[in-house]
Amino acid sequence: MVRQNRRALSFQELILTLQQYWATQGCVLLQPYDMMVGAGTFHPATLLRSLGPKPWRAAYVQPSRRPSDGRYGKNPNRLQHYYQFQVILKPSPEDIQDLYLGSLTDIGIDTRHHDIRFVEDDWESPTLGAWGLGWEVWCDGMEVSQFTYFQQVGGIDCEIVSGELTYGLERLAMYVQGVENIFELDWNGAGISYGEVFLEAERQYSQYNFDHANVTVLRRHFEDTEAECLSLLAVELPLPAYDQCIAASHLFNLLDARGVISVTERQAYIARVRTLAKKCCETYLALESDATPLPDAE
Amino acid sequence: MPELLLEVLSEEIPARLQHSAVEDFKGLFCAKLRDQGLFFDSAEAHVTPRRLVLVIDGLQTRQSDRIEERKGPKTSAPEKSILGFLQSAGYESLGHPDLEKREIKGSEFYFVKRLVKGCSTKELLPGVIHDAVTELRWPRSMRWASGTLKWVRPIHSILCIFDGRLVKGDISTGIGLAGTSETAIRFTNKTCGHRFLAPAFFTVNNFSDYVEKLRNSFVIVEAEERRKIIVQKANDLAEEHGLLLHTDDFLMNENTGLVEWPVVLVGSFSEIFLTLPDEVLVTSMKRHQKYIPLYQRDGLLAPRFVVVSNLTSNDGGAAIVAGNERVLRARLYDAKFFWDVDRQTSLDDFSKRLGEITFHAKLGSMSDKVIRLAKLGVKIAQRVPKANADMVERAALLCKADLVTEMVSEFPELQGVMGKYYALQQGENASVAAAIADHYSPLGPSDVCPKAPNSVSLALSDKIDILVGMFGVGGRPSGSKDPYALRRAALGVIRLIMENDLRLPLIEVIRESHKSYKLGVLGDRSECVRTLVDFITDRLKVHLRELDYGHDVVSAVFAVTEEDDLWRLVARAKALKEFLASTAGADLLGAYNRASNIVQIEEKKDRVTYNADVNAEMLVQQEEKVLFADLISFRDKLGRALEGEDYASAMEAIADLKEPVDAFFDQVTVNCENAALRQNRLYLLGEIRDSFKTVADFSLIKG
Repeated sequence: MVRQNRRALSFQELILTLQQYWATQGCVLLQPYDMMVGAGTFHPATLLRSLGPKPWRAAYVQPSRRPSDGRYGKNPNRLQHYYQFQVILKPSPEDIQDLYLGSLTDIGIDTRHHDIRFVEDDWESPTLGAWGLGWEVWCDGMEVSQFTYFQQVGGIDCEIVSGELTYGLERLAMYVQGVENIFELDWNGAGISYGEVFLEAERQYSQYNFDHANVTVLRRHFEDTEAECLSLLAVELPLPAYDQCIAASHLFNLLDARGVISVTERQAYIARVRTLAKKCCETYLALESDATPLPDAE
Repeated sequence: MPELLLEVLSEEIPARLQHSAVEDFKGLFCAKLRDQGLFFDSAEAHVTPRRLVLVIDGLQTRQSDRIEERKGPKTSAPEKSILGFLQSAGYESLGHPDLEKREIKGSEFYFVKRLVKGCSTKELLPGVIHDAVTELRWPRSMRWASGTLKWVRPIHSILCIFDGRLVKGDISTGIGLAGTSETAIRFTNKTCGHRFLAPAFFTVNNFSDYVEKLRNSFVIVEAEERRKIIVQKANDLAEEHGLLLHTDDFLMNENTGLVEWPVVLVGSFSEIFLTLPDEVLVTSMKRHQKYIPLYQRDGLLAPRFVVVSNLTSNDGGAAIVAGNERVLRARLYDAKFFWDVDRQTSLDDFSKRLGEITFHAKLGSMSDKVIRLAKLGVKIAQRVPKANADMVERAALLCKADLVTEMVSEFPELQGVMGKYYALQQGENASVAAAIADHYSPLGPSDVCPKAPNSVSLALSDKIDILVGMFGVGGRPSGSKDPYALRRAALGVIRLIMENDLRLPLIEVIRESHKSYKLGVLGDRSECVRTLVDFITDRLKVHLRELDYGHDVVSAVFAVTEEDDLWRLVARAKALKEFLASTAGADLLGAYNRASNIVQIEEKKDRVTYNADVNAEMLVQQEEKVLFADLISFRDKLGRALEGEDYASAMEAIADLKEPVDAFFDQVTVNCENAALRQNRLYLLGEIRDSFKTVADFSLIKG
């Protein structure tokens, strides 16, 4: 649909193109974090690295799980497991918007042909104690990315502001390929569709998330991960502690999807995860500044 | 005359903030110019998504010269302090011609009097620009990169041309907290065009050059012009398709603030989706996508929409339209899915899940709330003419059920409306369904206020329930903090009463509501009643002032009675307002003031209050006899009028007193030699004053 003369990028080519593009911009190409998270922001390469004075550029794909968004594979636009492509640029470069637009061109979106807009969308994550200002980026009315200047993370003011770019890969691919159903996306350009890879998983995980996840066990696991996180922080191990914080957050999402959390309880759970996230960030930053002397002012 | 052109080029500014931001910026900038003694003929402000633009016309090229005077020590002061003064003023000896001696109240002082040359504007501008840009306040602002400067989004450049020339200067983005080096945004005489259609930078000479070159670079500087293009083109396109569009200021303003080069296009969606309620379709189009819905001539929604894009493309916008249609299709597909799923469950069953939703931590669940609303609704329905208590009760039991539906989870703004559709689907009475839809209304001063009796009853219950609950747990709003929108709820109560001419004894209704809460949940009942009645009356004052009732009229009426019947308060205020607008009213005020002033003055002098009965025997002059007789019949008339709540007649009765009062003052000397006569006359005037006060406190009315 987007490219007239060439075949549109397959899903995997889309990822490869973005990786190639951002590698050229000096990003460290990382692999997904090996834990269940709700968004690429949870990856320590974004959340923890956005703290402190050290410059940092990274890009990676992050599988993201939002248990409540599952639709048993029956909705052509919604998934409980999907991919984000995440870029973090610290400090945010002056030409960050142009850099981002360059990546769109590389994946075949002609910005003279399509209507690209930066529409106000401030970001806030109550569980991470984080917020930033930015936009959702529209391509012909569709949100293809989120663009955020981090201001606070883990309740701590960002010493240096990072620019975070998050591409919703499935949506972007649907756009690039002109496909109306996620499961019909061309995965590899050689006959494998997204549905072949993930449809059965969507069915099974929707049943797990909504109907079968054991609530008693989930609640107990939440308590366990919370306790584990705190005891790891007590011995100044913020990285493993943060894994427990991530786990707690996902357990909360599962409980939420099971529909067993009341509004008040919800607030309490969010506050508990936020407390963990804040403590992880504080401890991480304290160790960071011990280990690395600040660069001299020029 | 010299012109100043200033453009702050930044990353995309939120549409909703643009207008007020540029007006604030202009105000701030002009104030700073005046602070510097720099005067100008006119100032204009323009805004696009990426630019704040100011044009100051006829700006002085330099400050005027001025005489500066400074007082020094006495000539007899110790030498040391005289020398100190000289030094601080920058002189070496007392012999300088700028120094002089002057006598003030018998002592002699040193003075410096000198001519200070004005600075040139171009030297002062960098400071003015710096301060105006950095002091501009945004609802939320941000830092970027390693700087400390805060703005709504990162600033890219500042163009500043005065009198045809670039003004040199810069704004520091601040030294980063991490000790990174300081960077600055240097002023320039270049700007760039449209982000995609003409991104190159070019030199600008003045405002007309700026506007012209930007137009050639696909940027329309004036928001009003962009808006007009959008409105015009949207209407033209609608007409081409034989359709209509409704004026929608929100959508027009948003779209104007999202584009520099408006290109208006029409898209369509499948007619299959027209089975969805209109509100669902319109919300899907408006909320995220900012599309303008189109209607058939008969008022039905058409499967078409207008989209405002920011780009002229060589395929006439075909790809853009196709993309937008896809997005809407996906959204409508979702909405249809929700609609189909929700209709498989009855509202009664949805209602059963309300126990899981907390209304307020201290006030219980939504399910508790629904039970209270049913009770209170029945009580209120008894006081609303033509309301049916059974239907109000039924509506109350169903009114929150849609909160747990899929559709309302996705589109929270459709709460109530979806309840109505689902109620109709399951065969509820139309008036019950309407009450469900209406019960959140009115949502503020400009929202439509319900009129149907059952809707009015439920809407009142919903508002009184939260007001009583929050006041009962000490949650009344303070300052700008009003998280539960209690001011809006109180205004809702006021509008529902006023606009439906209801007679609702607030105290009684508040007590009923208080009783409907579980024992021990709320604090003391009489305290709650007292503070809440005060709160609502306060909001009524605010509301009346917004309806153009004078501050004094409102105060005069509210000073008179303790009243919990809002209808009576409003009727009084209305009669007084109309009365004062008439000639009789204005004349009477003079008469009242004469009577009341003299009594007040004499009371103060004599340290007594003249409020005893008039002795008819002691009235000697014709005019005072007439006045007394008129006063007696006036009091009867006034009493009857107040009894019958006929405040217009009360005002008329007052007006009738003007003539005898005037005659009295023309012919009768109040402060006469005879002390007994004087006292009796003051009693007479005192009585006039006091009987007026049963209508309104006229002393608070401004003449």
